[in-house]
Amino acid sequence: MEEVVIQADKLTKKFGDFTATDAITFQVRKGEIFGFLGANGAGKTTAMRMLCGLSVPTSGEAKVAGFDIYKETESIKKNIGYMSQKFSLYEDLTVVENIRFFGGIYGLNNEQIKNKTEELIERLGLTSVRKELVVDLPLGWKQKLSFSIAIIHQPKIVFLDEPTGGVDPLTRRQFWELIYEAAHNGITVFVTTHYMDEAEYCDRLSIMVDGKIKALDTPKNLKMQFEAESMDEVFYKLARQATRAE
Amino acid sequence: MRTIKFLLYKEFKQIFRNRSIVALILFMPVMQLLILPWAADYAVKNINVALVDQDHSTYTQELISKISGSNYFNIVSTDASYDKAYRSIESDAADLVLLIPPNFKRDLVKNKTQKLFLAVNAINGTKANLGAAYMQEVIKEYNGKLQTEIHSVGRNSTPHRAEVTFSNWYNPHLSYKVFMVPGILAILVTMVGGFLSALNIVKEKEVGTIEQVNVTPIKKHHFILGKMIPFWVLGNVVFTLGLIVSWVIYGIVPVGSLLLLYGFIAVYLLAVLGFGLLVSTYSETQQQAMFVMYFFMMVFILMGGLFTPIESMPEWAQETIKINPLSYLIRVLRMIVLKGSTFSDIVPHLLTIALFAIGLNGWAMLNYKKTN
Repeated sequence: MEEVVIQADKLTKKFGDFTATDAITFQVRKGEIFGFLGANGAGKTTAMRMLCGLSVPTSGEAKVAGFDIYKETESIKKNIGYMSQKFSLYEDLTVVENIRFFGGIYGLNNEQIKNKTEELIERLGLTSVRKELVVDLPLGWKQKLSFSIAIIHQPKIVFLDEPTGGVDPLTRRQFWELIYEAAHNGITVFVTTHYMDEAEYCDRLSIMVDGKIKALDTPKNLKMQFEAESMDEVFYKLARQATRAE
Repeated sequence: MRTIKFLLYKEFKQIFRNRSIVALILFMPVMQLLILPWAADYAVKNINVALVDQDHSTYTQELISKISGSNYFNIVSTDASYDKAYRSIESDAADLVLLIPPNFKRDLVKNKTQKLFLAVNAINGTKANLGAAYMQEVIKEYNGKLQTEIHSVGRNSTPHRAEVTFSNWYNPHLSYKVFMVPGILAILVTMVGGFLSALNIVKEKEVGTIEQVNVTPIKKHHFILGKMIPFWVLGNVVFTLGLIVSWVIYGIVPVGSLLLLYGFIAVYLLAVLGFGLLVSTYSETQQQAMFVMYFFMMVFILMGGLFTPIESMPEWAQETIKINPLSYLIRVLRMIVLKGSTFSDIVPHLLTIALFAIGLNGWAMLNYKKTN
């Protein structure tokens, strides 16, 4: 039995009368790439924010990296990385300054920061723009930088909320190479996406409709289960059932 | 401590990269201190007088030259008809009409009394009231002189006349600039500190960077200190610039101790920054924070005792002064800068401001949540 790093049990979040996430139950195993699919407004981001300790659940239980999401949010935060949907590095700082800042507040020592900086810049091919303000970088570069900063402290799990939205196909591919590399280094990847070709890259997938998880399996099994040719078709069959207005 | 170092480095980088903030910090206090004290002056000058002289005697000539000789009045017209003069009040050309009735001199000498008529344009209440008071003063003085002249003819006795003389302590020349400059400086420090801290944190919310910070294991008080220290330093810079301007331009050198002055400002800035922080924890956008800050700043400034004396406010308004931090700063700055008050004089104010600082920061700290 492989180690479970995320364990969610009937996790629910309500905003007034609106149930954004409705009693979702699932497990994520160490080292896997877990795809978290769903139409816009299905409740993916809400679920992810609860798991990251940014949002308190209304009910249900969950453990992330072995820590309780009610009481031990700060311990969770030491063990996870998070890349939100909205680009959220400091645009008025340079590439190097951003790396240094986040490395610093994750508690890396000066030498680690220095090594990480060189490694990242080299790895992402940012040498020529290392002293440029982040605001001036193209979106694809920003996203790759954001991802690398989210795992700068070698977390156990990294949460990626639509990391490749609006990015060109070539950069998306490079981005997924980074994801594979991280997974290869033992980082569990929890990722939401709207691109079904990306869904195929995941080890296992869950598909949310109206706040509930309607399907959860490997891409291959899901296609068999729904008698579909592609993930596109699986998603379409499920998402069509949605009654929630966007 | 290491975390704070990284936060400070980041914050200062961002501040110095933002030119409008640097301009705000450097030029706003200097410009405002250069301009405002000249305009914010209570002394009423240039009161426009429309004269209606129906006597045309040597006495009226003398009175008129007395009026125009004072620095307060401009005689804008001299007419024989009251209606015409009254119209100049209506058209805002005159603030006062002084009517000198026919046979002014004759009746005065004969009957020993005479009436002058004064009509006041009270739209601008302060100007009109002060104008009328100045005018009465001039007339009284003139009257006194006339009486002595009339009575001393024939008799050699001078009537007893008592005069009250004043000496204005702490501001011997009654210069309004001396009075206004410390107050304006107090407002500047409050505005810069309050707005900078409120807007900065809300901006991080708006852009979304705060989420990236909240998902790190950073401690709440580290983050808040990382925000407060830079603005505290900037607040002190603004204050120092202000002191230099008031010394170079207005020759105001604090009579009291500089150390005491900076000690008070240090605590005061904590209170103001705490207030900005509190506003930012309740606001989602910079626009919201801006409006909330403006609301409070307007109240703080208009009811802070700079433009109108606290003692003449209605009682309920005087009560609100107690929770207006700016009013304490204005008072204490005037005390130390103009009167040379010492530590023991300002202790009650210092304690109150320290309470503000603790209360506001504590509240903000409780209300700032990494997890919603």
